[in-house]
Amino acid sequence: MMIGLYIVTISLLSLSFYRDTNKSIKALKKAWKAFENILPQLLSVIVLVGIMLALFDAEFISNMIGEKSGWYGTLLSALIGSITLIPGFVAFPTAALLVDSGAGYMQIGAFISTLMMVGVVTLPVEIKYFGKRLAVTRNLLAFLFSFLVAYIIGMVVGN
Amino acid sequence: MKFLKRYRFFIVSILALLFLLLLNHGLGWKALNLSMYSLKEMVLIIPPIFILLGLLDIWVPRETMVKYMGEKSGIKGIALSFLLGSATAGPLYGAFPVAAIFLKKGAKLTNVLIFIGAWSTTKIPMFLFELSSLGVKFALTRLLIDIPGIILIAFTLSRLLSKEEIKSIYENAKSL
Repeated sequence: MMIGLYIVTISLLSLSFYRDTNKSIKALKKAWKAFENILPQLLSVIVLVGIMLALFDAEFISNMIGEKSGWYGTLLSALIGSITLIPGFVAFPTAALLVDSGAGYMQIGAFISTLMMVGVVTLPVEIKYFGKRLAVTRNLLAFLFSFLVAYIIGMVVGN
Repeated sequence: MKFLKRYRFFIVSILALLFLLLLNHGLGWKALNLSMYSLKEMVLIIPPIFILLGLLDIWVPRETMVKYMGEKSGIKGIALSFLLGSATAGPLYGAFPVAAIFLKKGAKLTNVLIFIGAWSTTKIPMFLFELSSLGVKFALTRLLIDIPGIILIAFTLSRLLSKEEIKSIYENAKSL
């Protein structure tokens, strides 16, 4: 996927330079400015993610969210999913392992859903672009919505 | 001073990391390694995303964005926002700067929120990965609830905001 992204970017950038060098340089300058603008927030996110992931490892999570942990376990998984930020290619195999070691589908549903839709550590970045109210409300709604996702997944997949 | 103010969050998080290292060497070291891993991910994903948004900003005229994703874009705008968000790669924080450019160019707020929702949760490569890890039933159920959910959240959010708040979000996007 990463390769695809690079191929598309390089092709479009080459096309841009072929059509108009000045405009392309302007585009690169804009790209740099936009990046430099958000850099402090991005760097903080990276360090915070490292700390969070070190504290909440797979072992810790699987202790929290067994099949019989019910709504309490679902709430915990949703909270863990909200504050951590794990790339999908790590998260899905981890979730599969958690299921094998006894975690319930409802809990895993809450974990995966909040992991993707809710980002507490990325809030500083989101606020910078969308303001405090929209960013916080979006995360809150996504958090609540994840319980519906968890409930339905628990019903459909659990039995 | 300006530097310190801009980077205060980063400085605080570095201090927290150092504190963790002192408190519990093993855990701190693990956190440091994980941070380096995330840094690598960021270094890989950030350049193409920002170059693409620079190109988007320069080459795509405002009228085009308004036509396809603006106030009157209707169901086509929703579908396009979904497709654009789902076809991407990278963590959620990559979506925000792209979304800001969409706003700057005159895309409708609900469409931009749908784009963010799709980027966060219905990415096509991730769906395939979820399918193989957690099974068809799990992945498909989640996808089927998430699609209406993302639209619902987007519309609820724009309803909750006042006209002034929405205006200030657009103003902010212009200044970025």
